Amino acid sequence: MNVWIAIAATAVGCYLVKLLGLLVPAGALERPLVKRLAALLPVALLAALTAQQTFSTGHQVLLDARAAGLAAAAVALVLRAPFLVIVGAAVLVTAGVRALGG
Amino acid sequence: MAAEQTASPEIRPEAGGKPDAAVVRDALGVGVAVGLSGFAFGVTSAGSGLGLLQTCALSLLVFTGASQFALVGALAAGGNPFTAAAGAFFLGTRNAFYGLRLSQLLALPRALRPLAAQWVIDETTAVTLAQPTRRAARIGFTVTGLTLYVLCNLTTLAGALGAQALGDTDAWGLDAASPAVFLALLAPMLKTSTERITASLAVVLVLAMLPVLPAGAPVLVAALAAPVVLFLKGRSTPGETGADAGARTHDATAPGPSEGIGNSPKGQAR
Repeated sequence: MNVWIAIAATAVGCYLVKLLGLLVPAGALERPLVKRLAALLPVALLAALTAQQTFSTGHQVLLDARAAGLAAAAVALVLRAPFLVIVGAAVLVTAGVRALGG
Repeated sequence: MAAEQTASPEIRPEAGGKPDAAVVRDALGVGVAVGLSGFAFGVTSAGSGLGLLQTCALSLLVFTGASQFALVGALAAGGNPFTAAAGAFFLGTRNAFYGLRLSQLLALPRALRPLAAQWVIDETTAVTLAQPTRRAARIGFTVTGLTLYVLCNLTTLAGALGAQALGDTDAWGLDAASPAVFLALLAPMLKTSTERITASLAVVLVLAMLPVLPAGAPVLVAALAAPVVLFLKGRSTPGETGADAGARTHDATAPGPSEGIGNSPKGQAR
């Protein structure tokens, strides 16, 4: 039930912000501070999510095979690999390190 | 679809306009490449314990990748539904700024806007902004949106079914897919020191808060890195902020190559 509540809340919230941009008159959100915050908020969230999902399990901060996978993704990013290759590299290296007992 | 139909009567191809077929080809390229990433989401979501119906509902109803991954991750970590939804929602707020740009470019009739809204995401914005004329923009938006929506939902279903067949998705390293997606989205956004400091601070905050705060909350605390860095930057260089902010407003609304969810829009949109 909780999962459905979360899905519904996210769906409604995400749809409304999409619609908001199309409906409000241009200029309403054009304040520099608002725009800068809107550009910076995803940076903070994505960085936090990357760190959390790589270096933690539950409440524990730890280093495991996923760190190697993420390093592989970073290398693929630097080499300008396509999106699916970046994700694939992370998955393969993580699985490989786990198979080797990491 | 509808946008395209209403577009044709009043818009003539302008001088230097791009042939419709070229626009469609660009849009399909992005739509197909990125549409396949729904597979990664389907696998991650099912691997995190969400049901088939729940996984598909997320792609159908939320349809903005980063938010979907964030929600699934937060739920898997045991966060309460509203904390989890809040993180996903904040990630989705950037779409409002895409909508602002798109509504000027597409000049959609009011009645169509609620329909078009669901497709206002990174990739459709990247393709639409790259078009030279309104007609091309409307075709680009519609074809990218439709291709992505159909493909993403089909690949989500396939991914979820695949994950169920695989059993323990962690053994296959699939729990690393989600952070890799976030990293791929994040990297192109790290343009200046402001972004890099914000990202670093967010990482420190989330790792420090993880052991002590309830699940889901650490990411929301880490989001505070954005206003904190803006505030500190505003105080340290009061003269610079005005001009700097003005120059950067462009970046705020133009999707970076992030939307790249595949480097594709920038690369293939020509």
